[in-house]
Amino acid sequence: MDELKYNFAYLDEQTKKTIRRAILKGLSIPGYQVPFSSREMPMPYGWGTGGIQVTSSCIKQDDTLKVIDQGSDDTTNAVSIRNFFKRVTNVQTTEDTNKATIIQTRHRIPEIPLVEKQILIYQVPTPEPFRFLEPSEFETRKIHALKEYGIMHLKLYEDISKNGHISTSYNYPVLVDDNYISAPSPIPKFDNPKMNNNPAIQLFGAGREQRIYAIPPYTKVISLDFEDYPFEATKANAVCQLCGATDSYLDEIIIDNAGGRMFVCSDTNYCQNNLLKKIYNP
Amino acid sequence: MNMNEIIKITDLTKSFGNIIACSSITLEVYPGEIVGIVGESGSGKTTLLKCASGLYKPDSGEVFFRSDDNYVQNICNISEPDLRQLMRTDWSFIHQNPRDGLRMNISAGGNIGEKLMAIGNRHYGNIREAAAAWLEKVEIDSSRIDELPSNFSGGMQQRLQIARCLITEPKLIYMDEPTGGLDVSVQAKILDLIKKLVEELNIAAVIVTHDLGVVRLLADRVLVMKDGHIVEQGITDQVLDDPHHAYTQLLVSSIIQV
Ligand SMILES: Nc1ncnc2c1ncn2[C@@H]1O[C@H](COP(=O)(O)OP(=O)(O)O)[C@@H](O)[C@H]1O
Ligand SMILES: [Mg+2]
Ligand SMILES: [Zn+2]
Repeated sequence: MDELKYNFAYLDEQTKKTIRRAILKGLSIPGYQVPFSSREMPMPYGWGTGGIQVTSSCIKQDDTLKVIDQGSDDTTNAVSIRNFFKRVTNVQTTEDTNKATIIQTRHRIPEIPLVEKQILIYQVPTPEPFRFLEPSEFETRKIHALKEYGIMHLKLYEDISKNGHISTSYNYPVLVDDNYISAPSPIPKFDNPKMNNNPAIQLFGAGREQRIYAIPPYTKVISLDFEDYPFEATKANAVCQLCGATDSYLDEIIIDNAGGRMFVCSDTNYCQNNLLKKIYNP
Repeated sequence: MNMNEIIKITDLTKSFGNIIACSSITLEVYPGEIVGIVGESGSGKTTLLKCASGLYKPDSGEVFFRSDDNYVQNICNISEPDLRQLMRTDWSFIHQNPRDGLRMNISAGGNIGEKLMAIGNRHYGNIREAAAAWLEKVEIDSSRIDELPSNFSGGMQQRLQIARCLITEPKLIYMDEPTGGLDVSVQAKILDLIKKLVEELNIAAVIVTHDLGVVRLLADRVLVMKDGHIVEQGITDQVLDDPHHAYTQLLVSSIIQV
């Protein structure tokens, strides 16, 4: 393989600098969507090119990278992004949340609490939380600039009126630092509380939409709700059938041709660590 | 600045190219008063309303608005956030076409409750209760609270818009031909409803219409506009029963008395 063809982490230094500037701006205005000029990456947009560009701009030789997709380190998407970075950086990679310094993610926040030295980088398909209410970019910018945020509660109102409860279960809108309403990307609302007051740096990259936003460490992140319909971080009411965890987000998977199903941890590394603990401390 | 009026327009002029849509208009509205503006199509009524509500910037002249706490703001150089805040709280705009004033993909209850949420109400039950009460107030059965506006007739959509506008009990409403698109039989009922609510809530209103019947029913005072000028004004009954200006005489004589 000819890794010498590429600059470290694929992007050239000038591009990384401009992306870092957008990241710094994002960190200083938590939740604000900073436009950046997204580069062509050697994979299609749906593969998380926004997150990949953010990772490229942050990663250093001594970093340890973990890549997850749907909570798992070994889906096609996670494996190819991890291999991509191995090729263009030669940094260490890991599946262990504790050992990672940079975690690029799609759909989940790891179950193990993150710490100060870590950066969590989200691949975001739709950075604008008001997009489904208002297709015009001009109008959504105005909503943010003028803080005309009642319209998001209007959406939750409709949700309750139709379904008897707030049925939004992914990409559940949050208020960051008492200021900007943001889209947490398609994580389950179970993960929303993990965003609040998190010691790690949280960065969000949207490639196609050319936006970067950020949540600095220890920032207040609140999930929107009504006083009489408070936010609930729900998950399937079941136990992981592999490791027995009761506190982790579960996926329901099909296990045989007869349509048999079982609940397992969506965070595969968390599940494996639980199993190892059981084996060594039975 | 001290003023008793709720809105005071002084020497307002607005042109489009070489068309002078409004020429040196002066107009005061007092709290709780209903002022009608009549005139044929193209006389400048809508332009005046848009200037008065901050949607257009006049070429010259001023528009002063006084809030409850006697705070006076000049609408002509107000910031957009302040203007939007006024629109959420102190005043409201009822459009001729209910589609311009409603969210068609949001339920009746959501449409009515939106302003409450915009000003910070975060209790679903209270918002819903207030929306249901307002549906009844505008004579729509509250069991229809979860229906989309498109399920409603034109007249009911207009009632919905009225409820949506009035739920925060603004001090001033602007109406541009509020019954213009409706059948005559429906018009009368909506006008009665507007009259009842405006009196009940003691709201000041500026209503623009080409229909002298609307003015006679609703307005305490009337201004007659022609080619961007106010040609006559006064107490509604006096102006309509004893018009002085030739143009007003023409307008009055051409309406069919019912
Ligand atoms: N946005 C605009 N651009 C150009 N001309 C306009 C515009 N709005 C109104 N006018 C012109 O200004 C005059 C007054 O229009 P308008 O205020 O709509 O009258 P009315 O509401 O009494 O029918 C008309 O000659 C109209 O063509
Ligand atoms: Mg008009
Ligand atoms: Zn497990």
